Amino acid sequence: MESLYVLIPLFPLLGFFVNIIFGRLSSTKFVNIVAISSIVASFIISLVAVSEVLSGKTIQYNLYTWIFSADFTVTFGYLIDQLTAVMLVVVTTVSLLVHIYSIGYMHGDDGYARYFAYLNLFVFSMLMLVMGNNLLQLYFGWEAVGLCSYFLIGFWYKKKSASDAGKKAFIVNRIGDFGFAIGIFLLFVSVHTINYIDIFPKLPELQGQTLNILGMNIDLITLIALLLFCGAIGKSAQLPLHVWLPDAMEGPTPVSALIHAATMVTAGVFMVARLNPLFGLSETALAVVAFTGAITSFMAATIGIVQRDIKRIIAYSTISQLGYMFLACGLAAYGAGIFHLYTHAFFKALLFLCAGSVMHAMAGELDIFKMGGLRKKMPITYLTFLIAALAISGIPGLSGFFSKDEILWFAYSSPKGYGKILWILATITAALTAFYTFRILFVAFHGKFRGDEETLKHVHESPRVMTYPLIILAICSVLAGYLSISSFLEPLLGEGISAMPKENQKVVVYGSVLAGVSGIFFAWYIYVIKPKIADVFYTKFQAAYRLLWNKYYFDEIYNFLFVKPTLWISSNVVEKLTDKKLIEGIVNGIPALCNKAGKELSKLQTGYLQHYAILMVIGICIILFIIFSV
Amino acid sequence: MQTELENLQASTELLKRRLLLTLLIFLLSGVVIVSLGVFFDKISYPVLSTLIFFPVVGSGIILLIKREQEELIKIASLIIAVIEFMLSLPLYLSFDRNSTAMQFREEYMWIPQWGIKYSLGIDGISVLFVLLSSLLTILCVLVSWNEINKKVKEFYISLLITHSAMIGVFMSLDAFLFYIFWEAMLIPMYLIVGVWGGPNRLYAAIKFFLYTFIGSLFMLIGIIVLYIYTGTSDILKLSQFAYPYKMQLWLFWAFLAAFAVKVPMWPVHTWLPDAHTEAPTAGSVILAGILIKMGAYGILRFNIPMFPEATVAMTPVMLILSVIAIVYGALICLVQKDLKRLIAYSSVSHMGFVTLGIFALNHQGVQGGILQMINHGIVTGALFLCVGIVYQRTHTREIAKYGGLATVMPLYSAFFMIFTLASIGLPGTNGFIGEFLILLGAFKSWKIMSVLAATALITGAAYMLWLFQRVFFEKTNRYISEHINEDGDLNTREIIILLPLILAVFWIGFFPNALLGFMDLSVKELLNQFNSVIGVMK
Repeated sequence: MESLYVLIPLFPLLGFFVNIIFGRLSSTKFVNIVAISSIVASFIISLVAVSEVLSGKTIQYNLYTWIFSADFTVTFGYLIDQLTAVMLVVVTTVSLLVHIYSIGYMHGDDGYARYFAYLNLFVFSMLMLVMGNNLLQLYFGWEAVGLCSYFLIGFWYKKKSASDAGKKAFIVNRIGDFGFAIGIFLLFVSVHTINYIDIFPKLPELQGQTLNILGMNIDLITLIALLLFCGAIGKSAQLPLHVWLPDAMEGPTPVSALIHAATMVTAGVFMVARLNPLFGLSETALAVVAFTGAITSFMAATIGIVQRDIKRIIAYSTISQLGYMFLACGLAAYGAGIFHLYTHAFFKALLFLCAGSVMHAMAGELDIFKMGGLRKKMPITYLTFLIAALAISGIPGLSGFFSKDEILWFAYSSPKGYGKILWILATITAALTAFYTFRILFVAFHGKFRGDEETLKHVHESPRVMTYPLIILAICSVLAGYLSISSFLEPLLGEGISAMPKENQKVVVYGSVLAGVSGIFFAWYIYVIKPKIADVFYTKFQAAYRLLWNKYYFDEIYNFLFVKPTLWISSNVVEKLTDKKLIEGIVNGIPALCNKAGKELSKLQTGYLQHYAILMVIGICIILFIIFSV
Repeated sequence: MQTELENLQASTELLKRRLLLTLLIFLLSGVVIVSLGVFFDKISYPVLSTLIFFPVVGSGIILLIKREQEELIKIASLIIAVIEFMLSLPLYLSFDRNSTAMQFREEYMWIPQWGIKYSLGIDGISVLFVLLSSLLTILCVLVSWNEINKKVKEFYISLLITHSAMIGVFMSLDAFLFYIFWEAMLIPMYLIVGVWGGPNRLYAAIKFFLYTFIGSLFMLIGIIVLYIYTGTSDILKLSQFAYPYKMQLWLFWAFLAAFAVKVPMWPVHTWLPDAHTEAPTAGSVILAGILIKMGAYGILRFNIPMFPEATVAMTPVMLILSVIAIVYGALICLVQKDLKRLIAYSSVSHMGFVTLGIFALNHQGVQGGILQMINHGIVTGALFLCVGIVYQRTHTREIAKYGGLATVMPLYSAFFMIFTLASIGLPGTNGFIGEFLILLGAFKSWKIMSVLAATALITGAAYMLWLFQRVFFEKTNRYISEHINEDGDLNTREIIILLPLILAVFWIGFFPNALLGFMDLSVKELLNQFNSVIGVMK
């Protein structure tokens, strides 16, 4: 029975192979059937697995030994516990809906089969990531989802911006993975295993051990946790490696919904939750996680409020919401983090798919200020977007409220001194979140249409194959909060630490609702009631506006600090100076020297007898001199 | 009259082909029977000598074919290469993985008055290289089919003899025999680069020859010194002696001179880009696939077992040189403008990983190092094949002239992508297993070296993906679309060339134990011996 679950990732892999090999020559119907039935199959088997977990079981199974090298043994296998169960539900549900939606969205594209093949490959990789029972399999899935992300961001590879974005995503992620890999090495060298269940009992032995780096003694557990966290920073687009995610919006919109909102980017949160016994042992590491999350969350939200590109606003929103999840993990409230991951998957996927629906109607237009009044022409898209927007703004009754509130509560009631600061930061972010989300809503769906007549004529509601997934996701966005994921995860992830009685929760609830409502109110006031105000703000706070508009100049700074110097050094110092001048100079110099010496010496052989005679006499004199002087 | 003659010619041509085909089938079935026979230990024959001398005999046959019958020469070489590969299969099938001893031993007195023997044998470290070399030789014959148009006969003879000499190096258990094969390989390789190479071929060929030859001279001196000191040239016996420390140091460097040039280690790597750039595709494949592996193999066979104390003393230096090679090679790749030159410099970086793993001197490091050699042979060999294939169509290797190849050659780009991913060590490909084991091994003994080397995870991805982007993505320019339209995407021959390598990439990526199992005991033995000597010293 347990070996059955290997089919969960295997079906999408099969779908990938069939579509990549035969898809190009087959009909779209064939491609659809292959791609979607493989996801449906793995969705159903996932549900079987989840039901087994619900009955209190933890499923463990080793498939085969992947790498065997002396004491380093790695297996391909899986561990399905509560955490994996939640991830399985999220991954298979959202990917199924996105697959269906894509039938409409990608209709008529040249690379139709290729698109679905990549999407299936992604689902395979993501399932390998969440189901693995050891760190190396996590790493396998980690890089594999990154690869699919690279393929899908650069899906329209003829566009330079798309192929640039794909490359950037891969390389920035590799920077995080560099730390991740070293973290795995250090962990293995310390505990001699990389299987989750074998690592955890050995961790207490490491407490108090230090590692000497450049004369500084660093706590071993903290170091391991932070190195592994580097990977999470890269994959989940946190400061300072968040720069790839906004560019990743070059990919098709359903991809943004699935990979860059609901599943892949949450892998970092999943990793921290999975390794919670490790992170839990280091106060420093937890603090770093919490502050990274909170600051990223705030920073991304501020950028979101001034952008005009609908997908990029939602992308910054994703970065911001991922920050919330890390904030929760950093407060040791891993359950709350995963709860938010789970609700966020639905409403953020919904936001993206709605954006896709709008783009579909507007011939790929992204600028929200060229839209307007779309609610009449696209009622379903409008309504579902509204539900998602209410959910992300934390309005009571919708899923986002429950999960966000839990995170804010753990920040507020944290025994740590910095808990309150984080709470204030997170509450302000909640207001900003509501503001930028409703800014999209009011600008794009309300008011008058700002584009040209020609486009307006073509605006239409999307076909049912696209709207049905929207409706299902909207229902999930409302209801998902009523399942208490955190208490389901409690046996595995712990309860979360709060130093206050539950009564104080009211403060947090009032705070977050107030923040959400005020965000919505300001968005409504500025963009519906007094549209002039926005312009006043732009002119009055030009410096701040420009800073936000240029995303704090991260790309420019990285370019100046890292990319350009590396290329300059490679070209001038490494290639031209060292390789060409120094090494090649010596290599070519020696034969040249021999050549020259030969030529010079050959001049001695003049062919004149008298020269030779003189030389002989000189030679004899020297020899005699040496003999007699000794 | 005219047509009649033509008909006659055509029918004889047909007859000849049929004859050839029948011959081929006969030979293949014979080889299959022989392989199976050996597998079940029914008959025994000197497997290794057969492998070495069969291509030489084959070259003799090719020598007899008329120069004008190029097609026949090619087919004959292909048959010889395929049979050679079949002959090498017993090595895989009946190699005993549970033995640390040398297997398939052959030993004959060669020069009795000096006690020099013709002594062959393979262990878990060398067996894989023989197999890889046999495989790559087939692919080299195939890829040269349309590429080599002048002196066809001589080319294929050189190719086959290079293969013989190279596998001879991996099989020799006598230091003098080792040296002879080592140098014998130089001559046909020199010809391949110098005769069939690009415009600057003479410079590259002479540079290659002088570089390696000067290095080899030091090794010859080393072998003679060892012989005088111990009175034997048997490699296994030489490893049993305990040499004085000073002598170890000198000999370590003498042997390293030969091996470092071959690897090539930094800073004696500069022959490699020139040789690769100028060599014909088959030459590049052999260079990258097998020839440069001989250096690292030599270190494992001579330096570490014979001079353990010197090895320990020199380890920091070797590791630093390895890390420099890794970082330096990767950085220089970022600014290359020539496809082949870029891949050549990436070899420097990848071989840096090999030496890093070997001098980590622990199980994961050495195993990873050996696996990485095989991986590099497969992946870099494949990348050179890919470049050769596209060069046939476009006649340029300048990256800037490319662009949008994915649109006009989708299958080719998919294949190239797979090799790119293997080259940057994506999990699931063979490159990952090797790199990961090496870095883990290095981390165990020298943390900082491993961390520095791991930066290649980032730079490696950067240069390979940037290359891929510039060649395959964005809009197809006119130059490319004009040149590709003639031949289109990959033809059957080219698919046959690349497919086995793609299978190897994923096979090793998902089932590395198939290869790790071969070398497991041999590596353990090597390290045990090494550690026992070092333990006594301490």
